[in-house]
Amino acid sequence: MSTETIHRDQNQFCTFHVDQFFFGVEVSKVQEVVRQQALTRVPLAPREVSGLMNLRGQIVTAIDLHRRLGLPERSGGQPCMNVLISTEDGAVSLLVDRIEDVLSVEPDSVEPAPETLQVELRRFIRGVSKQKDRLLLILDDAKAMDLSA
Amino acid sequence: MDDIVKEFLVESRENLDRVERDLVALEKDPNTPGLIAGIFRGVHTIKGGSGFLGLAKVESVSHAGENLLSRLRDGKLVLTAEAVTTLLALSDALRQCLDGVEHTGHEPEQDFAALLSKLAALQSGQAAPVAANPTNPANSTNSTNPSDVVPPPAPSAKTEPAHPAAPASAPATSPGAGASESNVRVDVGLLDKLMDLVGELVLARNQIVQLTSGREDSAFNAASQRLNLVTTELQEEVMKTRLQPIGNIWSKFPRVVRDMAQELRKQVRLEMDGQQTELDRTIIEAIKDPLTHLVRNAIDHGIETPAQRREAGKPETGVLFLRAYHEGGQVNIEISDDGRGIDLARVKAKAVEKALITPDQALRLSDREALQLIFLPGLSTAQKVTNVSGRGVGMDVVKTNIEKVGGSVDLQTEKDRGSTVKIKIPLTLAIIPALMVTSGGDCYAIPQVSLVELVRLDGGQARKGIETIMGTPVYRLRGNLLPIVSLSQVLGNAPCDFSKAEAVNVVVLQADDRQFGLVVDQINDTQEIVVKPLGKHLKGLAVFAGATILGDGKVALILDVLGLAQNARVLSKTRERKLTEQAEATDGAQLARQNLLLFSLGEDRRLAIDLGTVGRLEKFPRNTVERAGSQEVVQYRGQIMKLMRLSDCLSYPGLDGEPGDSMQVVVYSEHGRSVGLIVGRILDIVEDAVRLQSDDARAGVLGKAVIQGRVTELIDVPGLVRSFNPEFISA
Repeated sequence: MSTETIHRDQNQFCTFHVDQFFFGVEVSKVQEVVRQQALTRVPLAPREVSGLMNLRGQIVTAIDLHRRLGLPERSGGQPCMNVLISTEDGAVSLLVDRIEDVLSVEPDSVEPAPETLQVELRRFIRGVSKQKDRLLLILDDAKAMDLSA
Repeated sequence: MDDIVKEFLVESRENLDRVERDLVALEKDPNTPGLIAGIFRGVHTIKGGSGFLGLAKVESVSHAGENLLSRLRDGKLVLTAEAVTTLLALSDALRQCLDGVEHTGHEPEQDFAALLSKLAALQSGQAAPVAANPTNPANSTNSTNPSDVVPPPAPSAKTEPAHPAAPASAPATSPGAGASESNVRVDVGLLDKLMDLVGELVLARNQIVQLTSGREDSAFNAASQRLNLVTTELQEEVMKTRLQPIGNIWSKFPRVVRDMAQELRKQVRLEMDGQQTELDRTIIEAIKDPLTHLVRNAIDHGIETPAQRREAGKPETGVLFLRAYHEGGQVNIEISDDGRGIDLARVKAKAVEKALITPDQALRLSDREALQLIFLPGLSTAQKVTNVSGRGVGMDVVKTNIEKVGGSVDLQTEKDRGSTVKIKIPLTLAIIPALMVTSGGDCYAIPQVSLVELVRLDGGQARKGIETIMGTPVYRLRGNLLPIVSLSQVLGNAPCDFSKAEAVNVVVLQADDRQFGLVVDQINDTQEIVVKPLGKHLKGLAVFAGATILGDGKVALILDVLGLAQNARVLSKTRERKLTEQAEATDGAQLARQNLLLFSLGEDRRLAIDLGTVGRLEKFPRNTVERAGSQEVVQYRGQIMKLMRLSDCLSYPGLDGEPGDSMQVVVYSEHGRSVGLIVGRILDIVEDAVRLQSDDARAGVLGKAVIQGRVTELIDVPGLVRSFNPEFISA
């Protein structure tokens, strides 16, 4: 792979909605996106863990981004999607409300998150990219998945 | 790396394993025919291969060894302990070279000059007189004649005889040609992959079988039946490919034992039984280090020096016995020595010194509990820290590692007779039979290994069967009290109200040495499940051992019975520590549950003794009491046992035991000495959480508490005995 393609890959973001916010994660980190799956509840687990799902024989932990980011609970019955992030210990699923396109983000369009953003949310955001008619929040996926942080 | 080089590395290591084993065997019995020839062939094969591959150092070192070995083989030299040590060093040097080739692609820089000159010297016979010198400290066996280096091995010493069929037939220059036609070397990664795939197949099979169950289509049913059988068979066979004999890890122990015995100037004979016992390779890997640790422990702590053994009237050579066998779907491994045993008093003293328990608790601990202290982190009873052990990391790590693979460790010891460590481990971890249960609408799997029995209580039985003691539910199972744990409560759901239940399903489980009943909503069936690990977010949940995928594709959690028991406080892992914390927190009030012997002294005085300190209860007729000096004694089990009157000891005037023809005596024993304590009338044995008020504690009395609604004084038997019998303190 040439350096140019690496560069381009880093600028490609898989985007999705959680609550009223518009988030993005680098495409290279996303293993795949799957529809809503049956989840097995895990008692005693941290509340951000929605449950376990069966992804073709692999057991994957699903983390509810609403809860993780301190946003209001997803209203009952509202469908969700799984964004599967590949990690060293296998995939982890981030539950989001709705998936959107893969977007290119110019590095110079990214600014640090404004100080005024609520602290609870701000710690999970690596930067804000100014898109034409809206703002894309770049999710710190590692922090979002590390429940001890 | 070249395949041919890889093959050479693997074969050479195997050869070295055999060479080392044979060397140690040869040292024991130099007259075993064929051994020296086998060793020679092993080294020769390595030399041949290294020449072929251009590994100059391996070639020169093995060549020097070969020269010495050929003279030994032809009987021109006598094998001395020094020669064995040097040859073992040769093996180490070769391994070092092989490691170098594997990791860096070329041989290490080292030139092994010292080793080469030593080999040359031995070969020319120069070093022989030195080795034969009986005062040479390096020679642990203190013997000039190698034939009596160690007493002849007992018949049960299953040291492998020679390996005539081994690489002997292989032409030296072509390693690998010797491999028999019926064997194929397979990459371990491939086997793991196969096992994974079989796991998937088992899941698919489970799904198909579930789908078939409601159908009428007989052809389809037959096909699925067939699939079922074939899958089961395939699973078993693939599992077998991953099994390895435990002898594979044991084979290095003769060397370990020899080296340690020499270093510590001890004489140890290693006996092994059941090398062929097979285990899954992942488990073999996991228990390798714990086993080595236990072997080293046994030699370092257990077996005494020859002088000490002679004094104790034991043969100078200690025996370390390794045994492995299958039993009930599990593998048992025993490591026993005939050494000095574990000194419980010292273990307790050490635990107190390290503040792991309080002195008060130390007195109350039963022998069994005291033995468990060894598994606490940070406890080592070695008098001095040696190279070998005594660093305080050890038994707790052994226990954790074994428990990690679903095994258990048990320890038995007898003073001056030795100790035995018993390890039980499952055959495999990948696919296990499990009982499926439902709780709160979710399905959970319970590994069948922990399952003891299932009990169902219907109707009135359900409402009355479960009783409570201070809010803790229990069930009387054939006369024994079984603590009851509600799964839904453990999992944070609503606790179940037994008084309203229509039926109660109790799964009786075994955790460590304790049983408890787990109440679940529904018991479904048993299934072979494929164990999958949980992600790191859930690793901290001790109540779950993993997860599995059910026939319908859903994920189910696997319960960790040990974790569950600990979570529900049926079994507390760091019990001793908790006691310490509790004692501090409740300011002198002891809430630990104890088994107590209740008795009365006189009309209205009630006393209690911790049952753990009671050796035996005896009844002596009054007329058997004799006097020695001013001391009352009785003849007891061929010894003269002192008697103490509890009423005198505690200065309760006028309460001179019970009237009548016989006396109740509590026998207390320590270090083989016994003393009899004359108590009043024995009332009962109770298990109770005692809230102790120790404001009036004094020598021999721990304090008072309310037991069975009566104020009762708690007697500290060991303390009392010691304060009246100074000889017990010195012991």
